[in-house]
Amino acid sequence: MASSAQRRILPILKPALGRVLSGGGIYLIFVGVFALLTLIGIVAGIHALFIAGTRHAYGTYREIPVAILISTYIFFVVASTGLCLISSLGHVFGFPSLLPIARRSVYLSIITILSGFLVIGLEIEHPFRMAIYNILSPNLSSNIWWMGTLYSFAMVFLIIEFIFLWRGTHGKAVIAGLLGVITEVAANTNLGGVFAMMHGRSFWYGQYLPFYFLLSALVTGCAFIIFFVVSAHKINRLVIDEMTAKALEVVGKLAVFFLIIVIIFTSWKMLTTSVGGVSAVEAMKALVTGPYAFNFWAIEVLAGMIVPLILLFMSRFKNILLMFTAATLMIFGIFFMRLDMVVVGQIVPLYYELGVAEFSRLHKYTPSIHEILVVLGGIGFCGLAFLLGEKIFAGFRKEDSIPAAEQTVAVPEAKEMP
Amino acid sequence: MKDNIPSGRKTGEEKREYPEDRERRNFLKMGLAVTGMLAGGTIISLISTIGKTFAFDAYREKYPYKPHYSMVIRQDRCIDCKRCLEACVSTNHVPDYGWRTIILKRELSASIDQKWDFIPILCNQCNNPPCVRTCPTRATYKDKKNGIIMMDYKKCIGCKSCIMACPYNARYYNEKRSAIDKCDFCFESRLSKGLKNVACAEACPADARVFGDLSDPGDRVFKLIHQLQKPVWVLREEVGAKPNIFYMKG
Repeated sequence: MASSAQRRILPILKPALGRVLSGGGIYLIFVGVFALLTLIGIVAGIHALFIAGTRHAYGTYREIPVAILISTYIFFVVASTGLCLISSLGHVFGFPSLLPIARRSVYLSIITILSGFLVIGLEIEHPFRMAIYNILSPNLSSNIWWMGTLYSFAMVFLIIEFIFLWRGTHGKAVIAGLLGVITEVAANTNLGGVFAMMHGRSFWYGQYLPFYFLLSALVTGCAFIIFFVVSAHKINRLVIDEMTAKALEVVGKLAVFFLIIVIIFTSWKMLTTSVGGVSAVEAMKALVTGPYAFNFWAIEVLAGMIVPLILLFMSRFKNILLMFTAATLMIFGIFFMRLDMVVVGQIVPLYYELGVAEFSRLHKYTPSIHEILVVLGGIGFCGLAFLLGEKIFAGFRKEDSIPAAEQTVAVPEAKEMP
Repeated sequence: MKDNIPSGRKTGEEKREYPEDRERRNFLKMGLAVTGMLAGGTIISLISTIGKTFAFDAYREKYPYKPHYSMVIRQDRCIDCKRCLEACVSTNHVPDYGWRTIILKRELSASIDQKWDFIPILCNQCNNPPCVRTCPTRATYKDKKNGIIMMDYKKCIGCKSCIMACPYNARYYNEKRSAIDKCDFCFESRLSKGLKNVACAEACPADARVFGDLSDPGDRVFKLIHQLQKPVWVLREEVGAKPNIFYMKG
């Protein structure tokens, strides 16, 4: 049994390892750096959970029980949803211009979920109990239970989809892809629901967040695709071909469309919250004019939304460098968008309106070294998995050689491909 | 009182509003609201407390748990001596980095006599508990018999979502227990062993904390909640968690 598996895997692994090792000096340096970051992140997380204790090692406390680790988890899994949705437009819903990015996007969707799981695994106090009691004692009214379970299922569907896509069996990939889309959307909106259903936290409470999470997933998906497709071509020393350029053009236009809706959403969230209860108003004031104003205006709004919009328009969706810069800024801005959403929702004390001395000031949060290292570990893992994937799957170039007959079955419009 | 209600209103027409009832209720509410306003700002009257805190009229007649453990905090009696906190810590082995109950202080600068208001807080053992709904593994649950929000420590994964969900800041992560810890009305340390009172109430020299069974008309808690002379209120009523810790003065 083992020998037959070895016989099947070894012929694939050997050339893949060869491609990794012959990736060039800079490539290998990046692989080494990302591997080191991953390792340091895991060690820091294990140290915090099992040796030092999170009370000492993490910056969270009773009043701010979750912070940068949860926001990083959200950053990754929401990106996964976006990648899954954007990639599905091509090979599940039949938009042929997006087909060239399908395999890489599905792969990225898988590794971003895994990166998110890695970070949350080092945030939760008892990850092993979670594995046991999520199954033995599920709470079906818990958004967190649904979110975790659905993301796990989504990951399985995405892996199956990727295998089918890789093998070129598009019919089966479409089914797995559709299941992946459904579970990703359900998981993503449940993640929004985790916060939206906290009726004691007025900054989060309401129907806004689940839809906002889905919308911002699409923005994140577009940004990730542009960033990683361009990076992949650099790594593989390839010139972006006409079909991929066309796909990037479509993704760039989608990014602008979704970004504008996010800007409208954010504006209305600010306006409606400004006339809400005292706690919500205080939280919004902290975000807009208080301690989080720099994060909000400089990073979220300017770097994450306005400048990318200008750059994308300037690029006319053809200038790859400008699009890449826009995508990089968007990813940077979105990371802080998640952090601000999570932290600002908790900084107003629960008894603030009672006017008591103990809770008359806003809570503060500063990430600890351990937390920063775990975040870097998650980013490192994502980068490492991306770099290795590019070589192991040979730059995902097999997608150009999908048999025309199969494409016709799965995607009728494929005939119109240039 | 009950005998005067026409039989049709008791069953199918319970929800129908009669003008004379409304008028009477509005008058009563106005009177109690004025009393409440005079007595201390954000408080609400007994009628609005019961009416809003517990969604169904039937709740007034029949509480869902037996015993239905509850606490009335007579706020003006608290002198911040902290004996309740000491009793809680020693009885329930609460570490120095956490608390199950504390006393908040509010400065009354405009007052001509009492300058500080002391407000003891603890888990509100809510009837609509956000912590129970959010826990992914049912590590925290509402006891079906007595309504106390309990912890099954071995199931707690430490995701801290219940801390985030609790509107009363009543939870913390206990390293020794390797789980979230919270007030269980001394169930584990006292009630389950046959004792009738919680440690904090027993230790209070001013009788500010009154613990008892809300479903028993003979109990002090029942009598304090159901009297009409003094306003009774709950904290953060707008959240809709239907708490079982009531506050009053006098």
